[in-house]
Amino acid sequence: MSRLSIWLKQAVLELQEYCLLLGQIGRGLVSRPIYTRDIIEQLDAIGIGSLTVVLLTGLFTGMVLALQSGLTLDQFGARSVVGRLVSASMVKELGPVLTALMVTGRVGSGIAAELGSMVVTDQIAALRALGTDPVRKLVIPRVVAGTLMVPILTIISDSVGMIGGLVISVTQLQVAGSVYWTNVTEGLYLNDLWMGLVKPVVLGFALVTIGCHVGLRAKGGTQGVGRATTNAVVTASVAILAADFLLTKLLIVLLY
Amino acid sequence: MDTVAISPVEGSSEANAGGPVIAFEDVSLAFDDKVVLDRISFTLRPGRLKVILGASGSGKSTVLRLILGLLKADAGRIFVAGHRVDDMSEGDFMAVRSHLGMVFQEGALFDSLTVRENVGYRLYEESDRPLAEVDVRVREVLGFVGLADFAERMPSELSGGQRRRVAIARALTSRPRILLYDEPTTGLDPITALTVDDEVIKLRDLEGVSSIVVTHQLRDAFYMATHRAVTKGADVTFESLPAEEAPKTEFLMLRQGHVAFEGTAAELRGSMDRYLQEFLS
Repeated sequence: MSRLSIWLKQAVLELQEYCLLLGQIGRGLVSRPIYTRDIIEQLDAIGIGSLTVVLLTGLFTGMVLALQSGLTLDQFGARSVVGRLVSASMVKELGPVLTALMVTGRVGSGIAAELGSMVVTDQIAALRALGTDPVRKLVIPRVVAGTLMVPILTIISDSVGMIGGLVISVTQLQVAGSVYWTNVTEGLYLNDLWMGLVKPVVLGFALVTIGCHVGLRAKGGTQGVGRATTNAVVTASVAILAADFLLTKLLIVLLY
Repeated sequence: MDTVAISPVEGSSEANAGGPVIAFEDVSLAFDDKVVLDRISFTLRPGRLKVILGASGSGKSTVLRLILGLLKADAGRIFVAGHRVDDMSEGDFMAVRSHLGMVFQEGALFDSLTVRENVGYRLYEESDRPLAEVDVRVREVLGFVGLADFAERMPSELSGGQRRRVAIARALTSRPRILLYDEPTTGLDPITALTVDDEVIKLRDLEGVSSIVVTHQLRDAFYMATHRAVTKGADVTFESLPAEEAPKTEFLMLRQGHVAFEGTAAELRGSMDRYLQEFLS
């Protein structure tokens, strides 16, 4: 068998396994038992745990966006509308994508490493032997927490980004705060907010399910865990960017 | 080979009283082109210990994973506690697993939980029993394996032997009638290995638990086969099995996916088969 056909076979198998996992998650979400305590623990781990990194990312992104936009807008004598660019870019695009990427780096890798270690040390097999479904116990709490917390983190990131933009506008671009805020609100339409909220729900779900899938498929001892962690981050990051493009296209058709 | 008495009454463990608690009928399994088990048949009778011997890669651990439903056989029939399990769904298997306790190689303890939480896991998470009652049971099984003072330790703070004994305690908590041990003494020093062997013997002789031990440690396998546990007052002692007492332990030797031998310790020692003699030497 050629290397290409082996690679293709492997890719189809991974996709099939991922779809099976999604099916199990779907069934697990609508039937008992639900491990509420684990969901709360994961809400804390994913949400509160990622807060610092998301705050810093949002702040610096908003600040650099204001700086760069200011330079470009100067060419048209339109420096005063910098707020519009910052808010539209943050809410529709950079907030959701950068938050999802940062959460992937912090949480997606952690999930793959944790589940991968449990697989190679037989802890997943032990769970099943003790009558616990690992998807319900380990995957569903993470998926619920990721899908809920990434949108909330995105809203926080968007807000901090706009505040960062305000600081730069006032201190560096000499645009009055009131002018900046007026532009921020005028530059945003309801459709933009919808886009900014739908995206992180999908991206949060994708990054956690990919982390869980890759972790649960880990094999080959500690080396395998390392490979799984790297694969989870790379796959989820690419998937986030690809899904963001497809979602943007879809939402433009549906909302605008 | 015995006829599998449970086949006609599958699904009814009560109707199976006295029959085998585990039965394999012509079970085969292959991973891609590699044949792991080829038409394996054997039975485990209640209260007996079956030691599965074999070189690395002979399919020993696979047998345990098939019994637990962690793997699915390609062909053949498997019965556990009166239920046919080879074609059972994962959901239905959860009920069968309540009859089974498994001691994994290296213990497979949950790193993030204390010894107490590990041992009581099944009862804390998967039952409605009151917490106080579960705590009592956890103390009881930890006392049984001699680790009552280690309840609040983390698994990383335990030695290899202590981890295996905690794993045995965890498997025991919900009072399963069948215990499966995967290489319980591999990697342990001879003295520590003996303490694990003694636990296996105690469960067989004092609790009447049916068990399968997968190992390639001949010393431990023969120790379990030739010793028995007896109670003297509150103490438990271990002594050589008297010649007149029927052994409760049988051996099954696997070689490249086939059964190379099945019988008692004495029959195994007396075998003239070259491979067996080489393996035992």
